[in-house]
Amino acid sequence: MTSRHRPPVEDWATDFDHTDPRWVADPYPIWDELRRTCPVAHSGRYGGTWLPVRHDDVAGVAYDTEHFTSRSVVVSEMRPGPEDLPAPIGLAPPITSDPPFHAMARRLLLPAFGPKPIGTLEPLTRELCRELLEATAGKTEFDAAVDYAQHIPLRVIIGMLGFPQEDADIFRRFIRLVLEDVDMPLAEREQLRDEGELDSYMNAQIEDHRAHPRDDLTSFLLEAELDGNKLAPEHIRGTMVLLMIAGIDTTWSAIGASLWHLAQHPGDRRRLSTEPDLMPTAVEEFLRAYAPVTMARLVAKDFEFNGCQMKEGDWLLLPFPAANRDPGVFPDADKVIIDRAENRHAAFGLGIHRCLGSNLARMELQVALTEWLSRYPDFELTDPAQVTWSAGQVRGPRTIPVRVVA
Amino acid sequence: MRVHVDPKKCEGHNRCYALAPELFDVDDEGYASEVNDGIVPAGVEDKARRAVANCPEYAISIEE
Repeated sequence: MTSRHRPPVEDWATDFDHTDPRWVADPYPIWDELRRTCPVAHSGRYGGTWLPVRHDDVAGVAYDTEHFTSRSVVVSEMRPGPEDLPAPIGLAPPITSDPPFHAMARRLLLPAFGPKPIGTLEPLTRELCRELLEATAGKTEFDAAVDYAQHIPLRVIIGMLGFPQEDADIFRRFIRLVLEDVDMPLAEREQLRDEGELDSYMNAQIEDHRAHPRDDLTSFLLEAELDGNKLAPEHIRGTMVLLMIAGIDTTWSAIGASLWHLAQHPGDRRRLSTEPDLMPTAVEEFLRAYAPVTMARLVAKDFEFNGCQMKEGDWLLLPFPAANRDPGVFPDADKVIIDRAENRHAAFGLGIHRCLGSNLARMELQVALTEWLSRYPDFELTDPAQVTWSAGQVRGPRTIPVRVVA
Repeated sequence: MRVHVDPKKCEGHNRCYALAPELFDVDDEGYASEVNDGIVPAGVEDKARRAVANCPEYAISIEE
């Protein structure tokens, strides 16, 4: 989606906009230039937004929960006021929670997303990937994002939450609304919110799970206790929304970007086909180079950060993808080196908000790419100009037309 | 050679456990710690260095 309502950016250091078509198409040269000339940029858009692009500064913000709050993590025209955000929980705990509540809400969820429980989902994920690839049988041209990448995390998380698989299309619409329509005019956005569709959907699922408890994350949240009390209804709903949204288009973006890269790099394809043990290392490099997620913070109180006077309530974009391209930390940062041995990338964030689903995302990526290459070791973009990228804080290819050699 | 995970820095990225399960384990919440007092058996030194070099939080130290 392109920025429909905003004037084009004149100067990235003083007027950046993460929904500008140039940023959406290729943000890396913009960040490279800023890293040299203005490492903490400011824009008046969205009511005032900061943008650090060096690894050190991105890490510094991520670690500083005193001066930056996570109560809202998606920059939009809808600037939340204190009354909109139930402190300390936030709208989607724990991603929108601050210490000390954050640690409690997070600890509750961590065991379900550890490497060991996530490992048990691998056979199911592999089967799903094979089914999706089988559905492409006989075709020489199809869309690697629409026909493959987007379905994988969507179906896995729907299964984990215990929602009906046939609701996949409803979820896709919610995701677009929450994450990709940040440049929608305020009135239009509020109108959409007022429909309350997402809340109604979640409430219906909660009622169904209350009546028929089962072994899934929704029932787990309904049974869970903090300090001897059941979770507040808004906590349960918020966490379900978070798991659904954070678990889907992020990984879909990472799988898509990796396939987009492989479509254009026959050497990397061949190497991964002949050296399958390299896949985990290659996946880390794809995550570094094409990290999908830029987070955001609100400045919690007036203070000076690297010579910038930040004011309470200012937005700050936290571009982990830019940190991952900092040549001061990653030699040859702009090259994709699938056997990169030293790779402290920040694709899953840094500090206390490290992506809860990182083990799930890694498993899905490794399985999705391995299965794809085993079926289609040779493929290419039918037309690079037809590849489109999502706008907003989750960046990934939404259409990847490919031609495969069956 | 010995490795050590600083529990104050570890955020559960799971890079060390994925790269060197001989040297690290993770608890139920995903936080890592060294196994066997961090002693690195002969032949596993490269894996130890790999784990250090891939920790996003700089939480692992190594004693040569």
